[in-house]
Parts: sequence; C-alpha cells; structure tokens
Amino acid sequence: MTTQERFVLKLFVTGHTPRSERAIQNLRRICEKELEGHYEMVVIDILEQPEAAEEEKILATPTLIKALPLPLRRIIGDLTDQEKVLLGLDLLPSPMNPERIS
Amino acid sequence: MNENTDALLKLPTGIEGFDHLTMGGLPKGRTCLISGSSGSGKTILGMEFLYRGMIRYGRKGVFVSMEERTSDIMRNVRRMGWDLQALVKSGHLRLLDAGPEPIPIEESGAYDLSGLLVRIEHAVEQTGAELLVLDSIGSLFDQFTNAAVVRREIFRIIDALRNMGITAMLTAERLDEYGRISRHGVEEFVSDTVIILRNVLKEEKCRRTVQVLKMRGDTHYKGEYPFTINAPIGISILPLSARELKQSSSTARISFGNQVLDQMAGGGLFRDSIFLVSGPTGGGKTLLATTFAAEGCRRGEKVLLLAYEESHAQLLRNAQSWGLDFQKWEEDGLLRVICQYPESMGLEDHLLLIQREIESFRPRRLIMDSVSAMERVGHVRFFREFVIGLTSFAKQEEVCSLFTSTTPKLSGGDSITEAHISTITDAILLLRYVEINGILRRGVAVIKMRGSQHDKQIREFTIDDQGLHIGKPFTNVQNIILGIPSATLPSEVEQLGAMFEE
Repeated sequence: MTTQERFVLKLFVTGHTPRSERAIQNLRRICEKELEGHYEMVVIDILEQPEAAEEEKILATPTLIKALPLPLRRIIGDLTDQEKVLLGLDLLPSPMNPERIS
Repeated sequence: MNENTDALLKLPTGIEGFDHLTMGGLPKGRTCLISGSSGSGKTILGMEFLYRGMIRYGRKGVFVSMEERTSDIMRNVRRMGWDLQALVKSGHLRLLDAGPEPIPIEESGAYDLSGLLVRIEHAVEQTGAELLVLDSIGSLFDQFTNAAVVRREIFRIIDALRNMGITAMLTAERLDEYGRISRHGVEEFVSDTVIILRNVLKEEKCRRTVQVLKMRGDTHYKGEYPFTINAPIGISILPLSARELKQSSSTARISFGNQVLDQMAGGGLFRDSIFLVSGPTGGGKTLLATTFAAEGCRRGEKVLLLAYEESHAQLLRNAQSWGLDFQKWEEDGLLRVICQYPESMGLEDHLLLIQREIESFRPRRLIMDSVSAMERVGHVRFFREFVIGLTSFAKQEEVCSLFTSTTPKLSGGDSITEAHISTITDAILLLRYVEINGILRRGVAVIKMRGSQHDKQIREFTIDDQGLHIGKPFTNVQNIILGIPSATLPSEVEQLGAMFEE
C-alpha cells in the first residue's frame, strides 16, 4: 500500500462549519496513516476565496481534489467513508486500475 | 413560497411575443421554471432572456451552464448573431461553467452544493446582475447520487436568488411532451411560474410551442402558442388568437381596380378588410389578384404579393399579357413579389416571414395567391391558426388583403380554406364556372360584405387580353353557386333570348 509518490491534495470547504471541520480532520487522519511524509494538504475556504471555487469549478463542498500524482481525482463529502477516500485517491485497488494493487 | 398575495411586478423580457403571452413578462425577483424535452429550445430561451435584457434594457446577467460548456454556448448562439463575447467583455454577462467534470468523482460522506451557491452569489455580486439562468438543473441529479440533497440545495439556491432580488429562469428536462411537468418533480420548488416548451412532431412537421402553465397571482394567456427560432430575431412567439380583435374598422374604401366590382361590393373595399376570392382552377383568381395589385400600384400604394403557386417569371409574364408592367413597379419600389413553395417551411415560419415583410415593406395591399396552397403544409388546426394569425396581423396593420382560394371542384363546392377562413374574412367573392347549353362561362358573385350593402346578383365574368370584364347578371339560371346550374325556362329560344337582361 505504500508508495513514495508525492501527493498534492486540495480540500475545498465552505466556512468553519462542523462539516468542514470533520472533512479536514478525516483527511488529515487518512493522510497521516497512508501518506505520511509525502503529501501536501491545502485547505481552501471558498467563502474567503470564491475565485478559487470558480477556477476549479467546485459545485459541492467539501470537495477534495487530488492534484498530484496524476490522474486528477475528485472526492466529495466530509470524507467519513475512508474506503471511498482511498479508492478515490487510487490508494485501493479498484476495477478501474487493478495494476495498483501492489 | 406561498406567502405572496400581492400582485407581482412583471419584468419585460423583450423576447418577441413572450411579454404578450405572459401579460407583461416574468414576475420580477422570482424564479420561474422552464420545462421542456430535449431540443425544445430551453437553452436558447434562457440565453435570449439574458441577451434581450442586456441589449434592450441594459440589465446584467449570469448564465450558469450545467450541461454545455460555456464556450460551446457562445459558439452556438453566434449563428443567431448574438455576440456574447462582447457582453462578457463589457461586464454585462458572466458565464459560469457548472457542468460535470470529465474526471471520476467519488462520494464519501455528507456534502451540499455550497460551492455552486457561493459561485453564483459571487458572480451576481461582481456583475451587479438582475437576471440569472440556470441551465439545466436536471444535470445536478445526474452528477450527484443523493437526490434529496440536490432537491434541498436547489431550494436553497432559489431562496438565495430571491433574497438577492434576481429574476431567474431555471430549466428542467421532461421526458414526454405531455406527461409529468419535469423529470425530477422540481416544479414543486418553483411554484410561482411554470412555462413548458414543446417540440412536437405531427404529420411529419415539427412544431414548437410554448405554454404558460401557471403564473401565480396573475393572469396570462393559456394554451399552447407556436414559436419559431430564427436568426437574428431569436425566439418569436406567435400570439395568434391571443391577439386582440380590436379592429379599427376603417370606413375608407379603396378600389378593386374594376368599376363594376367596386359597385358590386357597395362602393369598394374597406381599407382594413380581408377579402377572399374563391374559385376553381383557371377561374380567374390570379387575374383578380393581379388587377387588385395593379390598382394599388397605379395609385402609388405599396403592394406585397405572395405567390405560392407560380414563379416570379410566370407572374410577370401573366401581368404583361394583360398589359401590366409589374417589373417597373417592382423597380419603383411599389411592388414586392415573393414567390415561395408552401412546403419550403412550416406555417409558423411562413407567418413570421409575412409579418416581417409587412413590417419592413409597409404595404397598403397584400395579396396571397393562394392561401389554400398552405393547407398542404400543416395540420388543419395549425392552418386555421395560421390564417387567424395572418388576418389579425393584416388588420392591425391596416393592410387591405386579398386571399385566393382554390376550390377542388369546377363548379360549386367548398374547400377547407373556406370552411376555416370564411368567418374571419370581411368579404367573399365567388368565381364559378357556369355551364349553359354546353358552354362554359364564368360567373362572379359577392356573397359577403361585412358592414356594407352589396350586389346579390351573379354576373358574368370574362377574360381577354385587356384583363377582366364583368358583365350583366345571369337571369333565369339557378344553382350557379350551389352546384350544377340549370335553366328554368321551357323553350331554348326563349331562354337564350332572356339569358341577359337588357
């Protein structure tokens, strides 16, 4: 499961709501566990930076964008379903990319 | 959304026919739902709502596209002659790309659509927009699996728009032309105003219609109204029967171009009247129409001649044979001849074209030869609407109009055209073949002349190289109009002698 590729993750949230906080905590926890030492996490509050939401064409919040490594991936929600997050980050085997199993 | 009892202010849209249909435009500061099947014209209507608002009223607007890329929309409407790029540059228009991303999206846990709402609010704030279009909300249901969340968020967006005082259009898909209002039942949120667009294929012809299903707290025209989409006008709704019948009923008379005919009609035609000439093929209808046109030109009145059965060259040659120089009148700008195959376009498009011609050329006389040729183009109901739309427009513009109609039988008989338009026309002139003792002759009679006395007799009508001549009334011959004429006198000699009054 470990890979040394550098991960760049952008998390878009709307204000300091419980849901935003939950998403930030969930992401941090997952990253610490799965990507320790080789990830970069940026939290963007679109209330403060609406242009950023426009630029990335954000519809739902929270939205997590995996900018690197390619390919781009998006995960929406407060990230409580850890399996889905790992799947979205290509950290779990999925029918779409079985070669990443090992 | 049910606290409203006060009459809503309406915001005129500037879309042709739309403000008439809605009796003033869209309720100001509210969101209305535009529901329609795929290809029914929702995006164009939404875009035109913004475009006219900007061009005509200097308003600002935001277009949120959830299906097409904004670059595609810009390109698509360029064929309408709308330069969105310039409006974006001048700060009037903001296009938001809110379509699905081409990359896979995973859902993990709870979410809402605050991203979309924040972007909308931001765009409205930056532009100072009064108008907004969301096209289309159905796409949200395809992008996000939790329909309950999507519904709640749409409601929240509508609420936010209302707080900002935005007049908005929300588009939604429907699957059937006559079924549920929209696919996801979104009309429940936007209960103020619901407008349905349809694109129905009937008898191999596509027909677009618009219907204002409801408009809370206010009146509007009910039923389906046909519309067309054409460059550069955009959407054009034909109000048809919604047009008020406020005939000015001019008492001024104009000449037919034939003294006897004028007398038969009690002194000429009323200036704003609609005149129907009915007759069998070869009965002299085109000659009558030509005479009517020539009289107008001779008097310096502009004449619009719409020909659906003959070519331009044929018409000119015919007129020439009666000593009338149509070509010169055309060059002088008095006569405008338009020849078209009835089948070249739909009835709505024909009507639109005629209306444009009347508006730009401003004729005093209009000739349509023949109106019955249009029967072939569409369903009988649409034909009737076409005729109503045309006649009411001609009346409104005070254009004296002559329509010809071909009867299917050589003698007697009636046609669909007559059944549908005889009640609308102000005067009817019948041309009929009369067979007397083995010889075909032509008879002419005025059978209706609204607001005036007219000659009740049937007169003989002849054609030579000078044009038409109207002679004495037939006497002692019956059933000319109704069918097979028959003589009433016993002796042939007497009959021949008495055929014409001295």
